[in-house]
Amino acid sequence: MFAFIIRRIIQAVLVMLVISLVGFSIKAQIGDPVRDLVGERVTPEERDQMAEKLGLNDPFPVQYVRFLKNALHGDLGTSFIYRKPTLEVILKHAPATIELVLGAALIVILVSLPLGVYSALKPRSLLSRFIMGFSTLGVSVPVFLTAIMFIYLFAVTWHVLPSFGRGETVDLFGNNYWQTGLLTIDGLKHLLLPCVSLASIMLPLFIRLIRSEMMEVLETEYIKYAWAKGLSPKRIWLVHAFKNTLLPVITVFGVQVGIMFAFTILTETVFQWQGMGFMFLDAVQRADISLLIAYLVVVASVFVIVNTVVDIMYGFINPTIRIAGTR
Amino acid sequence: MSHLLEVQDLEVKFALRFGDITAIDGVSFVLDKGEKLGLVGESGAGKSVTGFSIINLISKPGYISKGKIFFKGNEISSYSDEKMRKIRGNRISMIFQDPMMTLNPVFTIGFQMVETLQAHRKISKADARDIALEKLKKVHIPSPAQRLSQYPHELSGGMRQRIIIAISLLTEPAIIIADEPTTALDVTIQAEIMDLLQELCESDNMALILITHDLGVVSQVTEKIAVMYAGKIIEYGSTDQVVKNPIHPYTEGLIKSIPGTVIKPGEDLVQIPGMMPTLTNIPPGCAFNPRCYLKEAICTTKTPELKDAGNGILAACHLK
Repeated sequence: MFAFIIRRIIQAVLVMLVISLVGFSIKAQIGDPVRDLVGERVTPEERDQMAEKLGLNDPFPVQYVRFLKNALHGDLGTSFIYRKPTLEVILKHAPATIELVLGAALIVILVSLPLGVYSALKPRSLLSRFIMGFSTLGVSVPVFLTAIMFIYLFAVTWHVLPSFGRGETVDLFGNNYWQTGLLTIDGLKHLLLPCVSLASIMLPLFIRLIRSEMMEVLETEYIKYAWAKGLSPKRIWLVHAFKNTLLPVITVFGVQVGIMFAFTILTETVFQWQGMGFMFLDAVQRADISLLIAYLVVVASVFVIVNTVVDIMYGFINPTIRIAGTR
Repeated sequence: MSHLLEVQDLEVKFALRFGDITAIDGVSFVLDKGEKLGLVGESGAGKSVTGFSIINLISKPGYISKGKIFFKGNEISSYSDEKMRKIRGNRISMIFQDPMMTLNPVFTIGFQMVETLQAHRKISKADARDIALEKLKKVHIPSPAQRLSQYPHELSGGMRQRIIIAISLLTEPAIIIADEPTTALDVTIQAEIMDLLQELCESDNMALILITHDLGVVSQVTEKIAVMYAGKIIEYGSTDQVVKNPIHPYTEGLIKSIPGTVIKPGEDLVQIPGMMPTLTNIPPGCAFNPRCYLKEAICTTKTPELKDAGNGILAACHLK
């Protein structure tokens, strides 16, 4: 097991290296840091001096290694809009996005598991047909439309939920870093619509995935054998079939949470949610290359970390993987 | 005195889109305590379906459309699912064909053994483990204590089949139904598993229904034999008599196709021409008539009934 974890972590580090290389290449090609610093009213000699001082005339590998060194120390460059280190800007916006993604992921888990399992067990029932029909609809409606529809219904027509912003937030650690909306009623109310909107993209996918996996598992010989052993239906469905259903679902879930994290942009824009997606859009509009690259690296590392954790979890659940890893 | 198991005129149908097809057509047999019965036939003859109907576990869309099954005098074919569950894996155990597919891959052997006991008895985990260990020893598994914490994929096919046999022994059932228990195994392992089954049935006085296409195995293990063809029993009697003196031309053909029984070294083996008809396409009269070397006019018009053919054998043939 230990060897498996180590191997998985080494793989993760390699992926991060590739991503940082891509990110740095883009950064090195686009934009002119000297001009950004001093403007256009300097002589070519002065520009050269400046470039030399900043190390911009060094060969690409030397610059890349310097970028990596800085990145490891948490320095991913400086944002031109905010006039602050990019990492600080991103971390400032991260809590809002993390809360949004966690809320959406929670909704996906809590709703898709029971619905998926139910529609696998009773595929012909009216409710199952309704669930499947609804999930087809859910897949085909884009998130901005769902979000605007929610705002129209819940905020504009019925006045039950707020339509934008994070509402009342509380400083979580007292150092002004993590403003959480999870601890106030108002904050939770503001969280509800964005979370449901974000979850609406993943939810149909997961209901369908769980349903089809479960139906496949229910047809296997070992489930038939479980019946022949005289086990109770509850035990066969919720222990024997469920655990085998979860294995592939967990892997997909890891990837999808990463995707949700990176694709909060639409949801955050519609709800004016001050998270990383909102910040990213701002950075694109104002051509803040450093901030964009830092965002790329941070989102990619979240993606890689989530997937590594999921793979390791998978190793704990699936005994065959564990053995393959130790050998 | 009633029999341990009595199957009366069993009929199983499969509900398909274009109508029902009959997979088992009027099958009857009895089994007494400690008796070993062989259900023989080609693939698709209805052996497995018969086995699964006894514990009312036919795969959908199959269902029992007629007939009764009695276990110790009780009509279990009319039991509710909940009541039937107390018989399955408890009084009547089953051994499946492919040991590589039968055990759940994500649970340990110990887990899968303990849960079987706990499904049928109020018993602590520790006590259940003790019984599991004792049964593993009984099926001659090397280092049995270690197996309890192993996963199925860590064991070979033969080992897994031994484990499945051990699971079927846990509740000390009255009947074991073994559905082609050695088909998926190596030839050398096949004999070991068959010997083990036979030994266990005899030492514990358990009845065995051995479902197989291998007449050779049946003749070595069982006392009684029922030969099935296209959903019907066409010959039924003591194994000795049937093997020595088969009545039905189909049984005769089966026996003559095994090397070293009736056919002596140097002689040609007999091959039955053609193939068994599919269930949707059973010929009128005797289902075997297109392949039969004795075929006469009556065979294509009238379905033969099982009748006494001497030597305690029942056979369904107009001409014998």
